[in-house]
Amino acid sequence: MAAGTAGTNTENAPLMTADGVPLKQSLQRALRQKRRGAFLLTLPLLVFIFIFFVAPIADMMFRSIENEVVGKYIPRTVAALKDWDATSGELPDEKVFAALVEDIKIGRKDRTIGKVARRLNYEIAGMSSLFRSTARRVARLDEGPYKEALIAIRPQWGELETWQLIQRESGKYTASYYLAAVDARFDNAGNIVAQPEERQIYTFLFGRTMAMSLSITLLCILLGFPIAYLLATLPLRYAALLMILVLLPFWTSLLVRTTAWIAMLQQQGVINDLLVLVGIISDEGRLQLIHNKTGTLIAMTHILLPFMILPLYSVMKTIPPSYMRAARSLGATQARAFIKVYLPQTLSGMGAGTILVFILSIGFYITPALVGGTSGTFISNYIADHVSTTLNWGLAAALGVMLLALVLALYLIYDKAVGIDNMKLG
Amino acid sequence: MALPAHVEPLERAWYYTFRVICALIFLFLIIPILVVIPLSFNALPYFTFTPEMLRFDPAGYSTKWYADFFSNPNWQGAVRNSVIIAFFATIIATVLGTLAALGLSRPEMPFKKAFMALLISPMIVPLIISAAGMYFFYSRIGLASTHIGVIIAHAALGTPFVVITVTATLVGFDQSLIRAGLNLGGSPQTVFFKIIMPLILPGVISGALFAFITSFDEVVVVLFVGSYEQRTIPWAMFSGIREQISPTILAVATILVLISVLLLTTVEMLRRRSERLRGLSPG
Repeated sequence: MAAGTAGTNTENAPLMTADGVPLKQSLQRALRQKRRGAFLLTLPLLVFIFIFFVAPIADMMFRSIENEVVGKYIPRTVAALKDWDATSGELPDEKVFAALVEDIKIGRKDRTIGKVARRLNYEIAGMSSLFRSTARRVARLDEGPYKEALIAIRPQWGELETWQLIQRESGKYTASYYLAAVDARFDNAGNIVAQPEERQIYTFLFGRTMAMSLSITLLCILLGFPIAYLLATLPLRYAALLMILVLLPFWTSLLVRTTAWIAMLQQQGVINDLLVLVGIISDEGRLQLIHNKTGTLIAMTHILLPFMILPLYSVMKTIPPSYMRAARSLGATQARAFIKVYLPQTLSGMGAGTILVFILSIGFYITPALVGGTSGTFISNYIADHVSTTLNWGLAAALGVMLLALVLALYLIYDKAVGIDNMKLG
Repeated sequence: MALPAHVEPLERAWYYTFRVICALIFLFLIIPILVVIPLSFNALPYFTFTPEMLRFDPAGYSTKWYADFFSNPNWQGAVRNSVIIAFFATIIATVLGTLAALGLSRPEMPFKKAFMALLISPMIVPLIISAAGMYFFYSRIGLASTHIGVIIAHAALGTPFVVITVTATLVGFDQSLIRAGLNLGGSPQTVFFKIIMPLILPGVISGALFAFITSFDEVVVVLFVGSYEQRTIPWAMFSGIREQISPTILAVATILVLISVLLLTTVEMLRRRSERLRGLSPG
């Protein structure tokens, strides 16, 4: 800016302000001040979000690789195991067994051995009982040789697998949780292998979550398109009235809508009663519409439908009706005009609605938990389960990070296609 | 899309079929919400219509579930918690969110896009992930199972809505109005309350309403960060559905539907007022 006006002044001499500072410098200072002013207004929220939202999520991400339990609570064993070659085919020597006995004795007194037991049990079932039963009996073990004594207590101490596991999980960080989250594990030689078939569950669950979200999204397009079209083409007076029927569910509490669907769908519920009354099904042949996939599909389609209708509607509102009339007068049939002229113009709205519904759907927790039974639950339900029931927080965190990565990737697509700034509320 | 007089029979048939399909979809949208209302007056503890109700026999109806709701300390505690938590969460979210939106709307704001993405992230991250993260972290810093912890968590979830609605009101805001106000001798405070505030007020109020409803409806984070002492209405409904199903839940649901009708009306009125003020629509 200053450069542009400098030409009108004397050659080479910079333009000065009244107080003798070069104009360019003065303007820059003013701009810096303004930038700082704008930033300071935003700062309180940035700090707030950083501490109370970003930090918790970062903390959770860290939990998915963090692995200090083993190294912290049986340190002597871990140190003694350092020299042991896991591929040698031989058990560790007496020194390691002695270290373990000492660790377990201390761990039993401090009540920390249970943590080690639980941590190792995530990897090989049976570790928990191995440690707990050994801890009870090791108190009477005062002198060596400890190797024979321990193997006599539980033969698992004589198996290479046990020691390989302890050595593998003694580092500060682990990939085990992520491996478990994709149904893989380390084998005894430290190679990554697939879990045995009967223990493969998470890839299936991710697949089911995606497949059901996709079905819900398709149902939303199928049901949302006609409604958005009707609202966009009706005279404003009628459209505004009908819009209430879309906005009221949108504004109604998620739990109210889920409760309503429980009342509608259960075996002694409204829909089954109605079908029996009309005579379509017999009283004994009541349909199982809830606590399975059907329940989740119906309830979630209802809950997410407004998120499809609203962006579709706002795009359809901008399509001039004269385009369709032009296509008709040029000889196209109604159907052809619709497919060739109208439909392509709605794609941006459909894309926005599709990604929005899909993103919201794959993270759903409450509705599947209440109406999904066992066959209609999502990956979120298993994350919640690991946080509050099995207490395998590392696995919960690993599954959470994978879900988050998926959502953020989809969100980036949404941002590229629609733009966050165009997000509309209500 | 009124039907012209000269259309072919096939087209006419499709026109009516289409309307019937739309009517069915509208029924799908609205019936579950309407069905809750009569069911909440059921005299028997069922989630369905009894024969007495269908015959409109007064004996089939009762207000006892409402009486239960208003007298049961479990529910009354939930109402109190819901209101307290939503109230304070809304205040925090509205103040911080409005300030941030004012900053983000200035043309000089550095790294606008990155900050905006960060600030609206609570809206994008799946709730179960926010809830799990907050549960771990808030336990460490002693905020788990406290009212303050739940308030802070809900404030964080509500801020994106305030930022978005206030930013939207500031689109087309003439920054020179601020300079004019300062030039005419107004202090920054005077300028804020006399010039900026009246213009962005509709956005602030609808943002605050969004923040309020976010907190009022939220259940996943309360389930993890809170405990029975912090139980909100959704918390009580969730555990009620899982444990002993009682039609009191339907009475609560009916009351919540009425509240959402009120909120919907308010937001809609505010939106129209804001558009009229900014000259974006003829009113």
